[in-house]
Amino acid sequence: MGVGVLPDYKRTPLYNVHKALGARLIPFGGWEMPVEYSGIAKEHTAVRTAAGLFDVSHMGEFDIRGPEALDLLQSIATNDASKLMDGQAQYSAIAYPHGTVVDDVLIYRHNAERFMMVVNASNIGKDFEWITSHNRADAGVEDISNELTLLALQGPKAQEILQPLTDIRLADIKYYHFAEGKVFNVDAIMSRTGYTGEDGFELYFSAEHSEPVWNGILKAGDPFGLLPAGLGARNTLRLEARMLLYGNDMDGTTTLLEAGMGSIVKLDKPDFIGRDALLKQKQEGVKRRLVGFEMMGKEIARDHYPVFVDGREAGHVTSGSPSITLKKNIGLAYLPAERAAIGTRFQVLVRDKQSEAKIVRTPFYKRTE
Amino acid sequence: MSPDDLLYTKEHEWLQISGDGGTIGITEHAQKELGEIVYVELPKVGTKFDSGETFGSVESVKAVSELYIPVSGEVVEVNEELGPSPEKINEDPYGKGWMIRIRLLNKNETADLMSAAEYDEYTSEEKE
Repeated sequence: MGVGVLPDYKRTPLYNVHKALGARLIPFGGWEMPVEYSGIAKEHTAVRTAAGLFDVSHMGEFDIRGPEALDLLQSIATNDASKLMDGQAQYSAIAYPHGTVVDDVLIYRHNAERFMMVVNASNIGKDFEWITSHNRADAGVEDISNELTLLALQGPKAQEILQPLTDIRLADIKYYHFAEGKVFNVDAIMSRTGYTGEDGFELYFSAEHSEPVWNGILKAGDPFGLLPAGLGARNTLRLEARMLLYGNDMDGTTTLLEAGMGSIVKLDKPDFIGRDALLKQKQEGVKRRLVGFEMMGKEIARDHYPVFVDGREAGHVTSGSPSITLKKNIGLAYLPAERAAIGTRFQVLVRDKQSEAKIVRTPFYKRTE
Repeated sequence: MSPDDLLYTKEHEWLQISGDGGTIGITEHAQKELGEIVYVELPKVGTKFDSGETFGSVESVKAVSELYIPVSGEVVEVNEELGPSPEKINEDPYGKGWMIRIRLLNKNETADLMSAAEYDEYTSEEKE
């Protein structure tokens, strides 16, 4: 059960800090990352009630710039990047021609000719290849992943903790917007974004400043109940908020519409890769749909457990876990579209036992403003 | 240092022998590795298991782990407290977190199990 030496995995600039904090480190998307420090449930609860600090520097960032930058984004991303204002961020996706998912991404607009795209760690190489090979107009595309540290400060106390540490007026940053300023005198991009379902910020800054910024925020947040939080809590938090995980809940085999990501597919914008297939699927209707469910009994549905509808295997659980906030066992699974209505019962095979599950509305958890 | 009145498996169960009977649970090392335990599935009284068979499972937030019976036995008692309060396994793995009591079916099998000193050495090696 112990964690051995993982020589082939990449490490973030904060690796030694995590070790010193007693984190348990596991391989994730090619990286050796902290999965927990004081315990997943404790860290999860801290984010819901106070705040948690995550090192998510494994995420990738591309700098996309030049007069052709917007055209490139419009041709490869499914959401409408032309709607972005300076200082605004947008959840979007890159689709294959048949409408399945290359990656889900965030696009930040600095100005009309300079954008930043944030991509999943395990997809950095694939995405970069994809974008540059579809870069007909020759926009500038640079992978700046290794230069940047990304910290996520998440939770209801995030703003209170961060405000004294920065010259930016955080109250002025709206959801899915960002500002550039200083945190501990280090230049940073701060966006009101996250992957937990709570209020909070994501901070991008030069990797050389990783330790003082991480340590400084942790120290300043201590009186507020801030805890360092790992990928374990990040996963249980994002699942409660029904935020999808690439590779689990959608990937190159599932279309954006099947995954319920239709709100970031703008079929009315000019042509983009995947548009024809997605338009056709929208007109014809999807055959399966990603649904949220809760278990009726005490069994816990886990990733990859088979799902049965009318006695027949119909797919598998894409993400499943105990919900720490709701004290229920929840999950996501693809079900045939005609059996995907709220309230529909189906079964999850938990070890050898057909265990009852019920489709529920998502997100499972929504914060009260 | 693990309690020296118990015997241990490589899968991190402990066994306390008392006459013809034994009590079984998981170790401090195991509960730490698992993290917060949220669910435990245990067998019914009367079930018989051969040594090494799966007698149940324990689930933390992040993972499910099978439980392996250290020696052959028939279940004579199950810790019903763990249903509503599985966290007892985290809090007191060698005490209130016990899982099942068995009647031993083959007393010679304990030779394959580790002593506390051997188990501590085993877990320290596993960490490296």
